[in-house]
Amino acid sequence: MKAWAIHLMKLLFPPRVLLPDIIGIDIGLTIAALALLVYLTKTHRWGWLWREWLTTVDHKRIGIMYLIAALIMLFRGGVDALMIRTQLIGPHEHFMGIQQYDEVFTTHGTVMIFFMAMPLVIALFNVAVPLMIGARDVAFPRLNAISFWLFAVGAILLNVSFSIGGSPDAGWTSYAPYSELAFDPGVGENYFLLSLQVAGIGTIATAVNFLVTVLRLRAPGMSLSKMPVFAWSALITSSLILFAFPPLTVAMGLTMLDRLFHASFFTVSHQGMPMMYVNLFWIFGHPEVYILIMPAFGIFSEVVPTFSRKALFGYDAMVVSLLAISFLSYGVWVHHFFEMGAGPTVNVFFGLSTMLIAIPTGVKMFNWIFTMWGGRIRLTVPMLWQLSFIPTFVVGGATGVMLAVVPGDYQYHNTYFLIAHFHNVIVGGTVFGLLSGMYYWWSKMFGWQLNQRQGTWAFAFFFAGFWLTFMPQYFLGFMGMVRRMGTYPAGLGWTAFNFWSTIGSYLMAIGFLIMVYNIVWSRMHPNWDTTGDPWDGRTLEWSLPSPAPIYNFARIPVVHERDAWWEMKLQDRTDEVKISVDSVEPIHLPKNSPMPIILGLAFLVGSIGMVFSWFWLAILGALGIVADLAYGSFADQTEITLDPHYIIETESALGRLQS
Amino acid sequence: MPPVKMKKPLMAAIGLGLSGCGADYSVFHPAGPVAQSELNAVVISTIVVAVIIFLIWGLWLYVLIRFRDTPRNHAPYRPNWRQSRPLEIAIFALPVAALLVLAVPTVKKTYALAHVPSRHPLVVDVTSLDYKWVFQYPRQHIATVNYFYIPIGRPVLFQLTAHSPMTALWAPNLGGMEYAMPNRVLPLWLEATRTGTFLGRNANYNGIDYWCMTFLVHAVSPLRFTRWVKRIQTTKPSLTVADWRQLSRHTVAAPQAYSNYPADTFPEKPTQFTVRGLYYVPTHKP
Repeated sequence: MKAWAIHLMKLLFPPRVLLPDIIGIDIGLTIAALALLVYLTKTHRWGWLWREWLTTVDHKRIGIMYLIAALIMLFRGGVDALMIRTQLIGPHEHFMGIQQYDEVFTTHGTVMIFFMAMPLVIALFNVAVPLMIGARDVAFPRLNAISFWLFAVGAILLNVSFSIGGSPDAGWTSYAPYSELAFDPGVGENYFLLSLQVAGIGTIATAVNFLVTVLRLRAPGMSLSKMPVFAWSALITSSLILFAFPPLTVAMGLTMLDRLFHASFFTVSHQGMPMMYVNLFWIFGHPEVYILIMPAFGIFSEVVPTFSRKALFGYDAMVVSLLAISFLSYGVWVHHFFEMGAGPTVNVFFGLSTMLIAIPTGVKMFNWIFTMWGGRIRLTVPMLWQLSFIPTFVVGGATGVMLAVVPGDYQYHNTYFLIAHFHNVIVGGTVFGLLSGMYYWWSKMFGWQLNQRQGTWAFAFFFAGFWLTFMPQYFLGFMGMVRRMGTYPAGLGWTAFNFWSTIGSYLMAIGFLIMVYNIVWSRMHPNWDTTGDPWDGRTLEWSLPSPAPIYNFARIPVVHERDAWWEMKLQDRTDEVKISVDSVEPIHLPKNSPMPIILGLAFLVGSIGMVFSWFWLAILGALGIVADLAYGSFADQTEITLDPHYIIETESALGRLQS
Repeated sequence: MPPVKMKKPLMAAIGLGLSGCGADYSVFHPAGPVAQSELNAVVISTIVVAVIIFLIWGLWLYVLIRFRDTPRNHAPYRPNWRQSRPLEIAIFALPVAALLVLAVPTVKKTYALAHVPSRHPLVVDVTSLDYKWVFQYPRQHIATVNYFYIPIGRPVLFQLTAHSPMTALWAPNLGGMEYAMPNRVLPLWLEATRTGTFLGRNANYNGIDYWCMTFLVHAVSPLRFTRWVKRIQTTKPSLTVADWRQLSRHTVAAPQAYSNYPADTFPEKPTQFTVRGLYYVPTHKP
């Protein structure tokens, strides 16, 4: 073979990716992909796939694509978690090599935060927010599709790294200088940097989109103070993203310059400042955790009133505390590194500012409890997730306060106490919340309900597994076990807690499998949601059929009070959402466009060029991006007009004509 | 809070209670004032948050049972109850009160822990290398790898730097951690008040052998410490530039001791990092 071919093979398939399990997964994935291609060709689905999904700009479909991607990533990140826990089940366990362990915990964190939690949040924003505020789509539908495809490119980049070129292995925080070329050669870290930058652009675009959507596209009469709290959380989350993601992009961009072009922003040599990376990362990183939790707070503020048949207690306090948390979240980032020599005054400032966040959060916990007070609590699956959230999240929040006590943090920092804490809030808060939202809005997305009994079992396993996994880890922290240890010696007393923690993670995995079974089974035996309002809901999305027609609202409702749909039902005004034959106006909708997916492809090509330092390919990708943006800008027909006859036909088939 | 005089016995009692947990809980077995002060912070904050946790759990359980949607539930149903100023003030005041209780010791202890309580602490310069710890005693001119001795009853000032990715030095029995990072020298003081051998480790991921980057602290009587220093000074070889170069490689090292070391292996000023002429040499990763 020629020398360059050998060099290329070594670059693409270094020893790191030639482990038997990775080769096995590669072969399996290739076979699955080929099977999918054959299936799509045999059933002539390519046109359908292209027209209905790949080029769609409909927020409901984009939401579903986000959801599917997020569930796949939950599987990937979950398998990583199981591998981590299996490695730690006993002392000196060598289920995998330490190098592979380092790669697995890095992808676990990165996938779970950026490619599971974030898209699941955005999925539910897409699915619910426009319907909730009485809008026909988001403010910039094509930008929404661009966001999705950029996220998809980011996820693809991170996920191909383990079979081509090698996974990143510097942790999801990727602290410099370890992430620099001198200590971490190979392309793995490049994949990490590019994937977060590309996905980050998409996320920022989503934030702009939802800011404008919530501020500009609300139904007439829905003032900000009558808006559902989930829409508030979308608004506040978007504003957090808008200010938090740029520092991340800067940190990633500068590290990339260091690695690809031998700059020395964060290097050891040439007076680099590694600590600057840590600052930039956490200026993003701390608001990020509120970006993840706020939507969950929003979901709970919808789920609790619905399943308690009662108005939300303390709406104003709920909104003000969301705003307070978002404001405070920018002033706490140093609590991630009290041990980096900032001095007592700085540490005390950031310790106290962190404690302040507990005030609005505590207020919210009480408000949810008092929302249930005097109501009638129905134990449906979404409500089970929320009911389990309260006792779980309060433990995570409380240990967060303990971590804010600076002298205590000197002992907890980077230990399993910290690991237990942030899983307690991210799983117990964000994941429970998002799964609650997923079960809640499922019928609105697909038109059929998820089986309740199976959902309850999935919940039970996941919940029990969660407590068994993470409670022992608090104790491991006090015993001196630190995070990211690839294995540990016997004789330190860590074995029993680690063993039970691993068993707990298996229970969570069983819970996840039951959930997948629940989805598949419910798809095979659909329980159609014919009313569009299966939960006796309170907000406008439940006034629509499930799934909502492409134009969402044939007639935009006029809002008079907070729980608009609930009040309509109480006052017998439900006819207000129906149309009469003679009053139908044509509806303008955005037209599907191939531009977003092509933009995604151009980013993918360019990013691969950057990852492997093939700059001709990177330039090709950049040219593709520019050309596609130009093509998008000069497209003259971006809207379609729905004929009134079509609307009347659709609505009458749904039984929604005024008699 | 109990008056100051009662605080110490109370803390001692709680400490005794915790020591029932077994010696493996190194954070609960302080061997010196720093770890003790930090343990007190842990205990105070645990008590305060436990009160809040149990309050919310209790309230949650009560609401869940009382207001379930069952046909025979006679609890009052008030679908429009959405506001109660006194209640809202109470739920605002509760976390504020809890945080005030926590804020005071946080501020006091953080400032107290920032100052070495002695004019003549034992100074130990710590350099973190991949994947080993080098301890240098500038007054005694000795150096050790992965273990060191300290005399009990005398504060020890560690000056930490790294010739490698960031790491964090942590010996939980003696007190909390501090980062060692390139281009900076960070201080940390610890003190042992009882003799013993304590395990310490690196608490910040820095590569493949991170998990076994540990060290041992031997806290001994001042007399034994002086003897140990003498023994090292007289029986061990001195650390050469070649040795230092060897230590700088990506390897795990056995405990070693040296009777002397080149002066320029530790920065003189906090910002002056690299050993002159001895840049980090990355070797091939395993």
